[in-house]
Amino acid sequence: MTTPSSFEMPNLLPAVPEIFVLAATCVILLADLFISKDKKVITYLMSLATLIGAAVLTVTLHTGETVITFSGSFVSDPMGDVLKVFVYLVTAVVFVYSRSYLIARNLFKGEFFILGLFGVLGMMVLISAHNMLTLYLGLELLSLSMYAMVALQRDSINATEAAMKYFVLGALASGMLLYGMSLIYGITGSLDLAEINAAIKSLDDSKMMVAGLGMVLVIVGMAFKLGAVPFHMWLPDVYHGAPTAITLYIGTAPKIAAFAMVMRLLVEGLGDMHVQWQEILIIMAVLSMAVGNIIAIAQTNMKRMLAYSTISHVGFLLLGILAGTSEGYSSAMFYAITYALMGAGGFGMILLLSRAGFEADRLEDFKGLNERSPWFALMMLILMFSMAGVPPTVGFYAKLAVLQSVVGVGLTWLAVLGVIFSIIGAFYYLRVIKLMYFDKPVDTTPLQGSADMRIILSANALGILYLGLMPGSLLALCVAAIG
Amino acid sequence: MISMSHFLILGAILFCISVAGIFLNRKNVIIILMAVELMLLAVNMNFVAFSHFLGDIAGQVFVFFILTVAAAEAAIGLAILVVLFRNRRSINVDDINSLNG
Repeated sequence: MTTPSSFEMPNLLPAVPEIFVLAATCVILLADLFISKDKKVITYLMSLATLIGAAVLTVTLHTGETVITFSGSFVSDPMGDVLKVFVYLVTAVVFVYSRSYLIARNLFKGEFFILGLFGVLGMMVLISAHNMLTLYLGLELLSLSMYAMVALQRDSINATEAAMKYFVLGALASGMLLYGMSLIYGITGSLDLAEINAAIKSLDDSKMMVAGLGMVLVIVGMAFKLGAVPFHMWLPDVYHGAPTAITLYIGTAPKIAAFAMVMRLLVEGLGDMHVQWQEILIIMAVLSMAVGNIIAIAQTNMKRMLAYSTISHVGFLLLGILAGTSEGYSSAMFYAITYALMGAGGFGMILLLSRAGFEADRLEDFKGLNERSPWFALMMLILMFSMAGVPPTVGFYAKLAVLQSVVGVGLTWLAVLGVIFSIIGAFYYLRVIKLMYFDKPVDTTPLQGSADMRIILSANALGILYLGLMPGSLLALCVAAIG
Repeated sequence: MISMSHFLILGAILFCISVAGIFLNRKNVIIILMAVELMLLAVNMNFVAFSHFLGDIAGQVFVFFILTVAAAEAAIGLAILVVLFRNRRSINVDDINSLNG
């Protein structure tokens, strides 16, 4: 063992947003102790301020260049910066939507925001990982925060049961991922993703087999985290069991981070094994689109239906990645970002309809929404159209972009399957619209929800419509970010 | 002489035992938590073996982080288990079935 001759200070500049979020969250954690129960709105405002501060730092420090620091374990690149800004945006929207729901259920406590911010920090580390160790730490910071958040409603049987299932399957996924990582480390002799990619090029056949086994285990771990079939069992139960505000958190921003994880591990780390992982991703994508869209039809619970819808969207996301071209990656990135925005709107609508003692998570709770509130029925119509992929909403362009990238690499049959499954999926989205517009309302209580939530939810849905009419700017941003 | 493959086989056996423990166990949630810990230790065995035979210290550094995260994970898992027990008065795996569909 050699002792280091001199300690070299790493370049901290690229990690300033992470350091800021960590410091601010610790400050909030302490400050929350001194804030009395009826003034928790201060914690809420501080959390939003943290997210805004992080966004300002990320944007001002954005150089458009790739900088690697901390001995190769941390990278700051255009893709990471764009994804991080959307993580802050979506999380801030989640916090705003959740406020009245949490107050009505006596959950408006510091824990939700602190765990949420630690989760954001985990996502940031995951997005910026350039080493298997950083990637694992970011992933665990995110996952551990989410396990605790699901169990936040301590007196609910469903929530605690969902937390237990999530914990066990999440831990199993982490174990698989780590075992795969250990095999890849053993074969390539490095934890650095770029060095792994370089080392894989020169492996002989027998070593390649071990690396392939490692790759399969890593993909299994990632598929668990993404919720791709056949590793999706936890997703409907967790989405259903968790309080809706927490489902909203789990179902949106972490999907952006999961996309980044796939990009870092498979594309940057194992890019040379593209032929092998493409086949696995094709199987998972087809199964996810099929199972997600078909089982969603049978659901009567809105949260469960959106969970299966998530599974099918993950299938589409994988289509973009498996294409293995930069168009494919940028279309998958576009898909991940737009899905996070659509998911925020969809679960936000459930939150808007809910009130104290009433969850509004059954399909029939949406009956006759048009008579109760024509404006929000229209917003829900836009969101459902977007999830189904009906033009002129952004969901259509997102699907079109991934399908184009798949056709571009000669997998036309896969694109045809994608179109067929999205037509099947259109059924259950349109059923919600039918319930809203053509059925009589069962419950005629006027909608609650604070003014800020109403404004942001409207902006969210109109934003989906706007991005559908003018997809160019976001698409260009994704293309530039992938490079 | 103990070679690297011995360590890897031990790691693989431990890993398989832990996966089987998660899936085959129909009795007690605590056994699942033990299996999760065993799984992480199997990974540690692999990392230490590779690190030693490659002469690269990074794998052993990784093990320290895994141990730390495993401790945090066990804390959260047991906390969830306590909350679950308070609500259901049971930690039997077969009783955790109110969410289905």
